[in-house]
Amino acid sequence: MEKFTKLTGTAAPMPLVNIDTDMIIPKQFLKTIKREGLGANLFDEMRYDDDGNEIESFVLNKPAYRDAQIIVAGDNFGCGSSREHAPWALLDFGVRCVISTSFADIFFNNCFKNGILPIVLPQEEIDKLMDDASRGANAKLTVDLEEQVISGPDGGEIAFEVDAFKKHCLLNGLDDIGLTMEKAASIDTFETKAEQSRPWV
Amino acid sequence: MSPKTLYDKIWDAHLVHEAEDGTSLLYIDRHLVHEVTSPQAFEGLRMAGRSVRAPDKTIAVPDHNVPTTLGREKPESMTEDSRIQVAALDKNAKDFGIHYYPVSDVRQGIVHIVGPEQGWTLPGMTVVCGDSHTATHGAFGALAHGIGTSEVEHVLATQTLIQKKSKNMKVEITGKLRPGVTAKDITLSVIGETGTAGGTGYVIEYCGEAIRDLSMEGRMTVCNMAIEGGARAGLIAPDEITYEYVKGRPHAPKAAQWETALTWWKTLFSDEDAHWDKVITIKGEDIAPVVTWGTSPEDVLPITDVVPDPASFKGGKVEAAKRSIEYMGLTPGQKLSDIEIDTVFIGSCTNGRIEDLRAVAEIMKGKKVKDGLRAMIVPGSGLVRAQAEEEGLADIFKEAGFEWRLAGCSMCLAMNPDQLAPGERCAATSNRNFEGRQGKGGRTHLVSPVMAAAAAITGHLTDVREMM
Ligand code: SF4
Repeated sequence: MEKFTKLTGTAAPMPLVNIDTDMIIPKQFLKTIKREGLGANLFDEMRYDDDGNEIESFVLNKPAYRDAQIIVAGDNFGCGSSREHAPWALLDFGVRCVISTSFADIFFNNCFKNGILPIVLPQEEIDKLMDDASRGANAKLTVDLEEQVISGPDGGEIAFEVDAFKKHCLLNGLDDIGLTMEKAASIDTFETKAEQSRPWV
Repeated sequence: MSPKTLYDKIWDAHLVHEAEDGTSLLYIDRHLVHEVTSPQAFEGLRMAGRSVRAPDKTIAVPDHNVPTTLGREKPESMTEDSRIQVAALDKNAKDFGIHYYPVSDVRQGIVHIVGPEQGWTLPGMTVVCGDSHTATHGAFGALAHGIGTSEVEHVLATQTLIQKKSKNMKVEITGKLRPGVTAKDITLSVIGETGTAGGTGYVIEYCGEAIRDLSMEGRMTVCNMAIEGGARAGLIAPDEITYEYVKGRPHAPKAAQWETALTWWKTLFSDEDAHWDKVITIKGEDIAPVVTWGTSPEDVLPITDVVPDPASFKGGKVEAAKRSIEYMGLTPGQKLSDIEIDTVFIGSCTNGRIEDLRAVAEIMKGKKVKDGLRAMIVPGSGLVRAQAEEEGLADIFKEAGFEWRLAGCSMCLAMNPDQLAPGERCAATSNRNFEGRQGKGGRTHLVSPVMAAAAAITGHLTDVREMM
């Protein structure tokens, strides 16, 4: 997994609430057995018309946002299906950070496993960032994970919370499985005990 | 000992390790796998030279992509990429030595229907699957939730999952349901009440008389949609109805082990004075047969109501409702029962079980699907299909004009050839009405099986109570 330390980039505003994972990456693109290459179809049905032409009004098709690395979104981003193809598509497009008032649980976890930082902030802060984002490439945001602050284009700073363990993994690009494998002895002990107490499992 | 909720009890029984900040390693009793969210996980294992830690606790079945028409064993029945995905599961199941129900097996079906049917899902277990509707298994008093593909790989390799504990929410449905009101109406009404993010951060326990009165099938319908309310999982404490369902299933404990299991299962309930972080109470008699009008499962109203005015909402929901109503091709103020449909889809892990089909047959007996309407019934598993045929339900469906399909996810998410065309409108017993979910531009109204049957007869959304 790629480390996440400090990111400076353009933020795309997507104020719609309940952006679900079906919107982020529609099901016809789930038939891949790879993780890469999904960026071309990120937000496919909002981004292209029936003939495959770009829909000009869609935010990521606008010149200012074609290289967006941050999305500022409405409530409950990433709800619906558990498909990890959603963060894979975001990552493949180049998005490394999503900021919203709330995220769906599974999507939120999936982001951390892929080097994407989801940030939860109160509505007032989101409104401010949505404003900044609407100014396009003239208003880049900097997200500093170590310090846990977002700096706006006009010098303002917004602090954010992040789970300490998840932060540690992101900063160092750590693979969960490797970390858990270090606890193999505890898993063995648990299994031995469980075989006694719940032999039918 | 301090009083505990059911969730607390299952959590404690599976805790392998807990760090100071609460990050925990939870042991996983059952890992269900399907073809869409697993290939990258198995690939990850191969690349790292890892094996599956507990192949005996890992069960795979292809369901999302598979065609549901006869002759599906022929390679040309699937598109190239679907075929590759199903073939990858065939191979991974074999290479890693996990339990497998291939398409040719009568036990094949939707993963969340196969698990309980085969007795893999038991009370007090932890169950995960790379699929959000894993919540279904909570009906047995099992802690069951969906995970992403990286987590699938983590569970395959370590049989554990890294988790932080959720908060406890109690959803109580008191009293009795009125005639024509089903488990589907309960679960949709709860989401209507809490919103799709209302459960975020919580594990929900459903309780109350109306829940106790439900069969296992109904309980699975309720828990299935816990995820649509944003919850990590839904739970219902096991009772006699649960034990009755589980007993004798192929992978349920037998003889002396059954007795040991039962003794433990009977301790699985929330203690009298357990702490709840949030409580919601709904009167069973207040629940009506409902339908969704928009593109979020929270957009739910009684069938007797009208399409709402977006201006009646608050905040970001105003825009969302406007967009929904436009996408759905509706007009504010329009009666919900006036909405005409092109398609009826009965099936999915929400409502593809035998009891659902019996309920549909009850309404359809001697009636016909409205002329010009496309109506299909897709049983949740090969065994559900066989039983429906044995009970004569299939004949009722065929005579009425339904297509009678083979088991799979089918038009629930339209990854196989069963799709809506742009603008087509469907009354569906599945769980998601998102834009494009059932086909690009397709419009979905979520309903219960009996409401879907009523709509099939009249050709428009219909109050099933008028037919009873
Ligand atoms: S039936 Fe629908 S919701 Fe259930 S597992 Fe299949 S695709 Fe998912």
